[in-house]
Amino acid sequence: MTDEAEVTLEELRHLLSERALTGETVLLNMGPQHPSTHGVLRLLLELDGESVISCIPDIGFLHTGIEKNMEAKTYVKAEVMTDRMDYLNTVGNNLVYCLAMEKLAELDVPPRAQAIRVILTELQRIASHLVWLGTHALDLAAMSTFLYCFREREMILDVLEMCSGQRMMGTYFRPGGLWRDVPAEFEQAVRQILRVFPARVDQYEALLTKNPIFMDRTRNIGVINGKDAVRWGLTGPTLRGSGVNYDVRKAAPYSGYEQYEFDVPVGTGGDVYDRYIMRMAEMRESLKIVRQALDKLPTGAFRSNNRKFVPPPRAELSTSMEAVIHHFKLWTEGFLMPKGYVYLPVESPRGELGCYLESDGGPKPHRVHFRTPSFVHLQALPLLSKGHLVADLVAIIGSVDIVLGDADR
Amino acid sequence: MSNHLEMVVEAAAKRFGAQPAPSKGQQWLIVKPERLVALVAALRDEFEFDFLSSLTASDYYPEDHPRFHVVYQLYSNHHNVRVGLRVPISGPKGAEMPIVASLEGLYPVANWHERELFDMFGIRFDGNSDMRRILMPYDWEGHPLRKDYPLGYEEPQFTFNFDDIQVRKHSGRYEEA
Repeated sequence: MTDEAEVTLEELRHLLSERALTGETVLLNMGPQHPSTHGVLRLLLELDGESVISCIPDIGFLHTGIEKNMEAKTYVKAEVMTDRMDYLNTVGNNLVYCLAMEKLAELDVPPRAQAIRVILTELQRIASHLVWLGTHALDLAAMSTFLYCFREREMILDVLEMCSGQRMMGTYFRPGGLWRDVPAEFEQAVRQILRVFPARVDQYEALLTKNPIFMDRTRNIGVINGKDAVRWGLTGPTLRGSGVNYDVRKAAPYSGYEQYEFDVPVGTGGDVYDRYIMRMAEMRESLKIVRQALDKLPTGAFRSNNRKFVPPPRAELSTSMEAVIHHFKLWTEGFLMPKGYVYLPVESPRGELGCYLESDGGPKPHRVHFRTPSFVHLQALPLLSKGHLVADLVAIIGSVDIVLGDADR
Repeated sequence: MSNHLEMVVEAAAKRFGAQPAPSKGQQWLIVKPERLVALVAALRDEFEFDFLSSLTASDYYPEDHPRFHVVYQLYSNHHNVRVGLRVPISGPKGAEMPIVASLEGLYPVANWHERELFDMFGIRFDGNSDMRRILMPYDWEGHPLRKDYPLGYEEPQFTFNFDDIQVRKHSGRYEEA
């Protein structure tokens, strides 16, 4: 509203130590423009020499009012905004929103659509972990990993592009199924990934897992025990690194995850290194899921037949009056969502991504809220970084795998 | 519904006067604001709901009683059950914000969620150690996720709806207050 905003030390008094007032410790801004904050995160650090006494995360630089905007759009139009929250997990965001809509509308999703959803979300999980791995290693000065990771990530983005026409913001999942069926070359492209990728993960591991510099920088850094991790709401690989076995895919399976065999890696130490190990293991598990889903990919419809929610096929419009009416209604008013509210969690690459969706019976959502893992994880950053060096703080930020679009929405 | 969840719902109804309000196969309880902390403490300590999974609110403007529902989502990893809590509260009286007790003492994760609600809905959480704005700039006026907060674009005014829209306008609202 105004361009001059001043925050006094007094307002932050309760977050700083006694020594900040006497000038014994130094207050230092890290970010919002800083390469290792993975976006526009600002940290106000209180430093004694190089060790962090307290750390105050300041978020909101990427706040785009997605939840407010969604209230002003019809359900399907609003879905386009979900891609733009966590831009490394676009199909996962679509998925949680679609699942919430489907739960409210009691829509069935055909098995083929479910299997394709699983394949794409798991591929996206790998792609997200690759970006994480590349940037995390880059933060710790391992430059080459980044280049390899982005090479493989491109293969996955190619698959997303051939499905939806977009590398990232595809809005490919729609309530009741998918926007369109996958193209003929889809299977071959995914098989190619399945063929080359296991060896590539071995290569990354060869670069880092037993690398003495990497181990020195990551072991016993940013340690959090399981009990604290649960109290602070950590989820995903960050939680599992601390030894708590909680994965939404196992706890409350959605989209047919119960049909696939996979393990949930659980660590013991709860440090940066453990979280690294978790994600590397997860990539292999994701490949297992993709392989199983692709092997028994069902044939049949790719979206539901419920014409009140799902548009009719284009070809029907020239022969069926009813199809024209449905099409017209869906493209003008949108569908009317039955009244009610649901909370639906899914496992995003970062942790539990939840969607609270409330409908008042109209064509637009009454309230959409996304419980995003990055937002929750950032809150624990002061706890994780206390007493560590600034250089370790960089490793810790990398290890919780934050995406600021996800945190700020 | 699992046995554990049945026990939870029964205990919440009997001891804390919570009303079950299931929606789409999920279990939700409507709780009075003054009973909230006691209920959540019991859920955490006796029924092993160790995760505060999500915390948000919903605005029912122009209704005033209740104006907001504060919505909690608790999860028990041990029993693998979820329960939602809805706390109806009245709207703001003038500049005075509605107040709900904070859950920060029970779940530290509540801190930022409550800050977000403070920022977005103008709901104050009694007992929160850091009640500052979190997403909007420090000096922002208003609470964007309230239903009476305009989306930002100019709505076209005609003679028949001029007054209606004038009231909703940002400047109009503040002159009035």
